Amino acid sequence: MAGATRAAVKPGLTAGRKIANAVMKQVFRGLTYLVVAVFGGIVAYIVVRALPVLSLTFITQPPRHGMLAGGVSTCIYGTVALLTLTSALAVPLGVAAAVYVNEFIGWGKRARVIRAAVNNLAGVPSIVFGLFGLAFFVVFLKIGASILAASLTLAVVVLPIVIVSTEEALKAVPRDYRLGSAALGATRWQTISRVTLPQAVPGIITGTILSIGRVAGETAPILFTGAAFYLPRLPDHPQEQFMELSYHIFAMATQASDITKSMPIAFGTALVLLVLVFAFNLVGILYRAKLRRKRVW
Amino acid sequence: MGRSWTSYLKYALPAAMVLLSFAVAGVIGWLLFWGGLAALGGQLASRVAARLIPQKTREGFVNVVITLAGYSAIVIIAFIFLFIFKEGVAAFRAVPVGEFLKTVWQPAAEVPKYGIIPLATGTVMVTAVATVIALPLGLGTAIYLSEVAGGREREIVKPIVELLSAVPSVVYGLLGMVVLGDVIPRITGTPFRLNAVNGGLVLAVMLTPMLASLAEDALYSVPRSYRVAAFALGATRWETIRRTVVPAAASGVTAAILLSVARTLGETMAVLLATGNMAAFTVNPLSSVRTITATVAIEMGDAVFGGEHYHVLFALGVVLFSITFIVNLTSQVVMDRFARRFRG
Repeated sequence: MAGATRAAVKPGLTAGRKIANAVMKQVFRGLTYLVVAVFGGIVAYIVVRALPVLSLTFITQPPRHGMLAGGVSTCIYGTVALLTLTSALAVPLGVAAAVYVNEFIGWGKRARVIRAAVNNLAGVPSIVFGLFGLAFFVVFLKIGASILAASLTLAVVVLPIVIVSTEEALKAVPRDYRLGSAALGATRWQTISRVTLPQAVPGIITGTILSIGRVAGETAPILFTGAAFYLPRLPDHPQEQFMELSYHIFAMATQASDITKSMPIAFGTALVLLVLVFAFNLVGILYRAKLRRKRVW
Repeated sequence: MGRSWTSYLKYALPAAMVLLSFAVAGVIGWLLFWGGLAALGGQLASRVAARLIPQKTREGFVNVVITLAGYSAIVIIAFIFLFIFKEGVAAFRAVPVGEFLKTVWQPAAEVPKYGIIPLATGTVMVTAVATVIALPLGLGTAIYLSEVAGGREREIVKPIVELLSAVPSVVYGLLGMVVLGDVIPRITGTPFRLNAVNGGLVLAVMLTPMLASLAEDALYSVPRSYRVAAFALGATRWETIRRTVVPAAASGVTAAILLSVARTLGETMAVLLATGNMAAFTVNPLSSVRTITATVAIEMGDAVFGGEHYHVLFALGVVLFSITFIVNLTSQVVMDRFARRFRG
């Protein structure tokens, strides 16, 4: 390219060039490790601040005494219920959408438009998703602020991530497999359901785990669609409101009556949420690494 | 209280490890249970369907379902636009456009004032601070991971950078509120614990990993032959990066910057916690500000349903959606063109 030929490289490796090279290498390394250090610092700080409230009962008990004591069990329940419903809604739709784009139309104009829409959806601000959830699911469809409305909203948030990761998994399946299947007389759907999808399943699972981890801590989309400040008991119906970890952090940090008591709880909740999110990511990353090592094609 | 929190320090790591392993076990269990259930149900349904329905009908049905799903993203984007716009446009009917371009935001006042300028400057200031800090960090990390780090180092550092972007934004906000809220006033002497710099710093930490991974993708897609050619001409690694790889990836990196800055612009929970949310007009980054996103998050709960204020908040949503939509589309086009150049 033009860049390379323009490079006015003087003959001989002068000391100046050597030093510039060595210095810049260390600069980049420094910047990178600064980022890593920030990460370590954040995790360590949260763990340390959370320790005073951390015990088994913090996970197993509901909040008590005006939410200034007790645990976060109702929030954990809400988060798990929310994520379960969200993935039940988003994963089938996302996988089907990816199959359509990748297996039915592949390249070309239609695929480009759909991919552009998917990427655009991924870039919509989370608070706008919240507004949409309020206007569409809660008000227009009359679902009301509830687990169901919040899950539908979060499903919209996670959908583009599921589509993109599923597409990647489908793209990794060699073309020969599809051709071989077609040559044996299989229909398109037989090829997809018996050859392509089974090959892509591990990749799809990884992508799904990572995308769920990504939305586990989303707060803005559920602010107006069902997250509750406090509920005395567990919701037992999808059209009830719910408590949720990330919203609980927000509530404890900004709306509690006694900040000295609520802050440790906020950090405790943050640790629980962080551990949950990291667990999803860790499982996803490790599984992905294992897949890469095993891949023979 | 008794003991200071430092005395708990020695328990921190083991406690975190135990928690994490519990959670990992929980996640795997959760996945096995629901995934297994879904797989079982799917198997059963397809077996039953295979018995009852002829193949042609089945395939036709599946084709329709998948095609419909394929267009879901477009339908959803259209619906988001439609519904936000539908609720937002009522605001322009009730409030003249000129009212939005004033500097006082007092939606709860006797005579409500909807000047959007203080919110816009708040958003711009916070985003600017974040961008200035995250740009060198993110790009430096991207260059290091793509061009300098060896295979093993890359394998370890990259997931850490990814984990950094997995931290929920409300957690970042909490840290900004508690940690930076102490540090910034002490250093600068500002009376505001929570201010635009605080929010900007928090956003910078969130922007950095996003920028790093997007820019790294762009750098990584520059063909190896470019680097080899530069080395063969006697260029050092730094010269290769500066004169060959970065110029070749320039458009992709630009798109990465645009994309991640647009995400930062739309970030809500972190700025909500870290900026103090004072809606007064100011250009002082050390004073409390309120962003557009935070305004929506704070006020929607109090706005009378279907009232003027409610519609104005949706109008703010329209503004946010439009800005990010345009930026996303632009960077999409740039990235597409960039990717096609190297696909050959």
